[in-house]
Amino acid sequence: MMLTDSSTDVNQPLLHLQHIRVRFGSYTVLRDFTLEIPRGQTLAIIGESGCGKTVLLKSMIGLVRPEQGKVWFNGLELQQLNEQELTRERIKIGFVFQQAALFDSMTIGQNVAFPLRHHVRMNAAEIPSHVVDRLAEVGLPSHVVLKKPVELSGGMRKRVGLARALILDPELVLYDEPTTGLDPIMSDVINELIIRTRSRYTVTSVVVTHDMRTARKVADRIVMLTPVDQLKDGESQIIFDGPPSELERIQDPRVGQFVRGEAGSRLTEVLH
Amino acid sequence: MNSAIVQRTGVLFADWMANWGRVVLDGVETVGAMTLFAWKTLRWMLAKRPPPESLWPNLYQVGVLSLPVVALTGTFIGMVLAVQSHFQFSQLGLESRLGAVINMTLVRELGPVLAATMLAGRVGGAMAAELGTMRVTEQIDALDSMGANPIHYLVVPRVLACLFLIPTLTVMADFMGFVGGYGYSVAILGIDEHYYLYNSEQFVEAFDLFAGLFKSFFFGAAIAIVSCYRGFHCRPGAEGVGHAATSSFVISFVLILMLDLFLGILLDSFYYTVWPQGASLF
Repeated sequence: MMLTDSSTDVNQPLLHLQHIRVRFGSYTVLRDFTLEIPRGQTLAIIGESGCGKTVLLKSMIGLVRPEQGKVWFNGLELQQLNEQELTRERIKIGFVFQQAALFDSMTIGQNVAFPLRHHVRMNAAEIPSHVVDRLAEVGLPSHVVLKKPVELSGGMRKRVGLARALILDPELVLYDEPTTGLDPIMSDVINELIIRTRSRYTVTSVVVTHDMRTARKVADRIVMLTPVDQLKDGESQIIFDGPPSELERIQDPRVGQFVRGEAGSRLTEVLH
Repeated sequence: MNSAIVQRTGVLFADWMANWGRVVLDGVETVGAMTLFAWKTLRWMLAKRPPPESLWPNLYQVGVLSLPVVALTGTFIGMVLAVQSHFQFSQLGLESRLGAVINMTLVRELGPVLAATMLAGRVGGAMAAELGTMRVTEQIDALDSMGANPIHYLVVPRVLACLFLIPTLTVMADFMGFVGGYGYSVAILGIDEHYYLYNSEQFVEAFDLFAGLFKSFFFGAAIAIVSCYRGFHCRPGAEGVGHAATSSFVISFVLILMLDLFLGILLDSFYYTVWPQGASLF
């Protein structure tokens, strides 16, 4: 089913989530959630742990299927697509996983080449040079292609994950906690890579993070979520939606508390 | 006082019923989910060739690496059968029939069940743990996100490896059991070699070998489906992975024995329908 007549209309949002609801058992993670992401935008999704950021990110690519609502990508409703059509759309999306999710049984070279081998008719002899180029873009030397993921540091694995996500020149890149578990220097390297990726490939990016430095540095727009069980009836799950510069001006104490990283009343809740 | 006891008993009974109801519902849900999982696997098996880079390592793991342990256990089972049967048969003066009973038991029952049990323990547990780790570390989601169907890429090669190679493991268990039983009976128990072999040949038929191999296909499919299902539906954390591995072995083992019973009844009915004057030990 098409949202409009043309799936490549540049004015139409690249991604549109409409009134989606996701539940695991009796626990509601996303409730009546609506979000539009225009082409070329870098959106950071922030919020405390357990508020549904990763579930939201996985809903965008169909890894989590909402119980209600619709997800449109490029004008196509993901729930209506068959296996082949969904695959065709998914390869336009790169996903950088929290722990990189590299295949343990494969070398780094095989990991990065995996999407190429599966979806591109390419001479096998050309694949290694593509892989080495992508690895070079994320600052990794060519000799890592023969290593296994366990031989690399966390930061290197994340960069390999980014190289793998970019190998098919995606239109949308989804980053799940890209800087979690990294030292401040490597976190900044990853932030810079996200910015460079956007400028080099003009991709749309969605970055799920609770690192405010990352959110402020890479995003054009920040959306803050709050867990469903902390909402009043009828209240939207999005408690902030705007550019990073407006974060400080917002009156909602929940936003201020998160942005400044203050325990506040939560400490009392935890201790009692 | 009495009404309070009655009320309390009623509450306890309702709780007991609710708990059992939950167990039954969970069981039905798991069987349903596992059936759907098997159906999806079958559809992918027929729809598309399995990726060679995933198939070959699984064939090696299931076939080559399982051979030594199956051969070793097969040899010991053959010898144990000789020890246990010898005393009983010697009481009846039927030691010369030892070959028939050892080899018939091996070919029809112990060979297939032993090979399947070894496969469930050695390979099934490893499959559940490996896929469980892949689930927990989001590698299965990564496959999906890159447009590679995880069932086609991960499950189909494992199921095919088990299906194709369990008959060869069964033949190995049968053969080594024969060698062990023969060696022990002839060399240690002093059974006449000629009668041992003659009776084996007289009573063990091609149908017995077929029955064992036929059952082994079902055992292989059950082990692969159960192990992959448990791995795919693994709970988070190290405990979840451990539970997936253990439960895959326990469920596979129970299924092997259940299938063995029902397939044994089915094959016997078939045999005595087609050949009413079947061979008898006595």
